[in-house]
Amino acid sequence: MPELLDKRLVFVTGKGGVGKSTISIALGLAAASRGKRTIVCEVGGQETASRVFRRAEIGFHEVEVADNLWAISIDPDQSLREYLLLQLKVRAMRDLLVRSRVFNYLAAATPGLKELVTIGKIWELAQPDRRVKKAQEYDLVIVDAPATGHGIGFLQTPRTFAGIARVGPVHAQAQALDTFITNHDTTGVAIVSLPEEMPVNETASLEESLSGEIGMEVDRVYMNGLYPERFSSGDADELTDALERAGGPARAAVRAALSEHRRCRSQREQLQRLKQAVSSPVKTLPFIFKPQLDVPSLERLAGALV
Amino acid sequence: MATVTDIVEGRGICICAGSGGVGKTTTSAALAAGLAARGQKVCVLTIDPAKRLADSLGLEELGNTPKQVDPALFEPCGVELKGELWAMQLDAKATFDELVRKHAPDAETRDRILENRIYRQLSNALAGSQEYMAMEKLFEIHQEGRYDFLVLDTPPSREALDFLDAPKRLTQFIEGRGMQMFMKPTGVAAKVVGRGSSMAFSVLKRVTGLDLLSDLSEFFQAFSGMVDGFRERAKRVSELLGDPATTFVVVCGPQGEPIDEAVYFHRKLVEAQLPVGGVIVNKVHYETEADLTSGEVQADLTDLLDDDLAERVARNFADYQALAERDARNVEHLQRELQPKAVIRIPYLDEDVHDLEALLKIDRYLFASEEQREELAASGAA
Repeated sequence: MPELLDKRLVFVTGKGGVGKSTISIALGLAAASRGKRTIVCEVGGQETASRVFRRAEIGFHEVEVADNLWAISIDPDQSLREYLLLQLKVRAMRDLLVRSRVFNYLAAATPGLKELVTIGKIWELAQPDRRVKKAQEYDLVIVDAPATGHGIGFLQTPRTFAGIARVGPVHAQAQALDTFITNHDTTGVAIVSLPEEMPVNETASLEESLSGEIGMEVDRVYMNGLYPERFSSGDADELTDALERAGGPARAAVRAALSEHRRCRSQREQLQRLKQAVSSPVKTLPFIFKPQLDVPSLERLAGALV
Repeated sequence: MATVTDIVEGRGICICAGSGGVGKTTTSAALAAGLAARGQKVCVLTIDPAKRLADSLGLEELGNTPKQVDPALFEPCGVELKGELWAMQLDAKATFDELVRKHAPDAETRDRILENRIYRQLSNALAGSQEYMAMEKLFEIHQEGRYDFLVLDTPPSREALDFLDAPKRLTQFIEGRGMQMFMKPTGVAAKVVGRGSSMAFSVLKRVTGLDLLSDLSEFFQAFSGMVDGFRERAKRVSELLGDPATTFVVVCGPQGEPIDEAVYFHRKLVEAQLPVGGVIVNKVHYETEADLTSGEVQADLTDLLDDDLAERVARNFADYQALAERDARNVEHLQRELQPKAVIRIPYLDEDVHDLEALLKIDRYLFASEEQREELAASGAA
């Protein structure tokens, strides 16, 4: 595990609804508590960090949310403007461009441009020598990446653009991004999964496409939301027996225990399936019995991540 | 009203919307199976079914055209199939290719697009293309008129409801006017565009390189011949969404965030003047009885079980109740927002749903009235 937090950049990906945002922030807390200056990046207008840390919307700013921990929600339009300024160096020239119809048409219609500039911004954040003036350096950048389907396309964008623009500045920069995100010394990947049929299947195919199609090595798979094993099979037999004699509230409680036991068993089966289906090491995370995830429970989760 | 029958009664299309990971595909499939069992000829268009779900429907070789689910599969589940169940898996790229073939003015344009490097690399990632292609396929199948009812499982989209804007955005993308104008800076267009754009063009060239710019222009120009066909089509797709025969159902989970998203989805749909039938909340922890204190339960339990087991059962029950209370609060909040539309709660089943039998189990809740649902949940019929 230390290897993962020793990277410069970590992508957290997986199927929708598996807890990517939660785990990104928990990873951020884990790294920050080890003294690493860490920033968690959300994409596609996500704002989980501001909710968790009870703050006003973070947006396209690097905001300190805890000791050693920053957050940003990367907006593609602002990333593009920032990129253009860095390229053209003259603000007036940039403004001339972004006000022109030609540019606006291109910016809106070019497929994949949003993804490309978003990854460009992530790359910029991860540089020891930041391009943005007066920007601070981070030891680690954690990206709460888009869900599986969109995720592969997202991470593939630099390579696609490098292929489309055979020469010229876009080619060179897209190539640099691709080289950076596929360099396993600097960039890591964690996939988040759940102990259910579909997420396990998707995790396996995601791992395969990440390494096969993009050339990114997966460092770790987190199996999220595992129930504690509270009841043994022997207990379950006893409970089944007791269910017939039970009435009222006790009956509901016994039934809940039996449900728990069945779910738990099916979860363990899925965990075994996952372990067989993926080649990366699998780390399990407990289900957190909390109506709303708060910072203390995220800190607890952070402890389990490493 | 609180049954799915009220939502779909007299309609021909149900569009299931919601964010990723809330069980949208499962709900769509369960709804379609339930309607088919009750006598309709139903087709479910799904984006990405789980392998075992597809297998259980006998659909392992599913392509971009509907296939019929073997009626014999219903029998072992104890359900009489009165109608027909068809299913297909959407392939955005294949649908886009079909669309290009249909609308290209001539074979040369068609090939120019289909073979364009940018099109080939990016037609899956084109702004909103997956969303639009889902609508497009729905429209096409609706036009054919071979089914009584269509259920569409929309692509999970972080940018909620991307698919509503999809037809419009695709038309904008296809309308390459801006492109054509500036790509000929020395031609007639230069006079129209004026000096400002020429300067912008040269600045742009500095950023992108001329090569990429001309490749892109080739790409956009290839599409420009199809503008009218696409625009007309997109308009009709939009009309179908607002048609009285169409109803939208928002699918969500019971946790705070998914509920907030469902509220947001619902508002957006209403703002867009689209017919929303209701919300289906999956994986709800039903409250057993409201006023239980774990002390009482524990006393009863110690009569039944040894102390250690009784204590573990009580602790487990307390955790369960906490989740049930949370779910009840969230659903209540949702219900207030949706007044008086239906909020249908599907309980958190003991086992993963990935076969027809489990889908039909969900149907028992989906098609039940609120009272029947409470009863089912209380009897532990999961």
